[in-house]
Amino acid sequence: MIKTIKVGMADLNIVESPGVLLTLGLGSCVGIALYDTEKQIAGLAHIMLPSSKSINNNHNPAKFADTAIELLIDLMTEKGAIRKNMLAKIAGGAQMFSFKNSTNNLLNIGERNVLATKKVLNGFDIPLVAEDTGGNFGRTIAVYPKTGVLFVKTINHGTKEI
Amino acid sequence: MSYHIDNLDSLQLDVLKEIANIGAGNAATALSVMVNRPIDMNVPKLNIIYFNEVENILGGADIPVTGIYLEFHGDIKGTIMFIIDEASTFNFLSLLFGKDHLDKDKNLGEIELSALKEVGNILTGSFLTSLSQMTGLTINYTIPAIAIDMAAAILSVPFIEFGQQGDRALFIETVFLGKEKQVNGHLFLIPSIDSYTTILQALGVA
Repeated sequence: MIKTIKVGMADLNIVESPGVLLTLGLGSCVGIALYDTEKQIAGLAHIMLPSSKSINNNHNPAKFADTAIELLIDLMTEKGAIRKNMLAKIAGGAQMFSFKNSTNNLLNIGERNVLATKKVLNGFDIPLVAEDTGGNFGRTIAVYPKTGVLFVKTINHGTKEI
Repeated sequence: MSYHIDNLDSLQLDVLKEIANIGAGNAATALSVMVNRPIDMNVPKLNIIYFNEVENILGGADIPVTGIYLEFHGDIKGTIMFIIDEASTFNFLSLLFGKDHLDKDKNLGEIELSALKEVGNILTGSFLTSLSQMTGLTINYTIPAIAIDMAAAILSVPFIEFGQQGDRALFIETVFLGKEKQVNGHLFLIPSIDSYTTILQALGVA
């Protein structure tokens, strides 16, 4: 029986092979998968917002791209993963609803989450090897630490592996 | 003092519950006029949940749900979202069109989508109108947008707005009852941080 660890919204976790990390229904949130296939350790974060710096109430590191990635790296390194082996794949960042003439700057939050995620990964020198982002639909994803495969499932837009 | 979910006291929560009650009552009446048959409702429940508890309210984080979403502005601003699960979506369409309108394998067409949008518009509109009447605040709102997708993906939209203030979301659970069909609705009212204070002040409980 393969151990499956569910990662909720504004949550993160790590797993060693043969485990699997799973997060359900990414909308505007971004799923950030880091993995070291040599040590067969992976981490997954389900972030909601780009930056902990612009919010007062920021005590949950898993909620923000910057603090979530930093914490994933630390947790994976503690388990024996090697920082320079780490690769990243991301999914999500959709815009679920569209309005004409909206004044709500949170509507494009998906896109901003993706941009912030890429910037933070870049800052930590972790290569982003694949992404399935944008669009107007939800995604469920699973990451496998042995291969680094990221499995993406949608309701009306098929399934794929990246 | 600025208010958010984590520091509302029991009196303030009671006041919000009463708004929910009156708002949902008006919404049921409006709906009943629209479909020209009686629509009943249960007393709405006010719920506060952590973001990772989505599956507890809609039966699963990746099951399909219908979300109807609009923005309001004026003396207060924010967003409001009405969410119904798949079974309720079909029950709603039966209430609107008078019979078992569609089988569940079929995708919804333009007519069904605009009917659902209209329902969302009426429900959220009558809710905001009640809020406006009780508080004396001017509230205008946009035309709704609709999406049918995974529960967590739809909910990520209001949750991200709540996420700027804390780690929990507040929502009102309403059940509308037709003759045979039941519709379980979840109404998320998300005032901006400043607007919470404005609402509570207008109601005399700030």
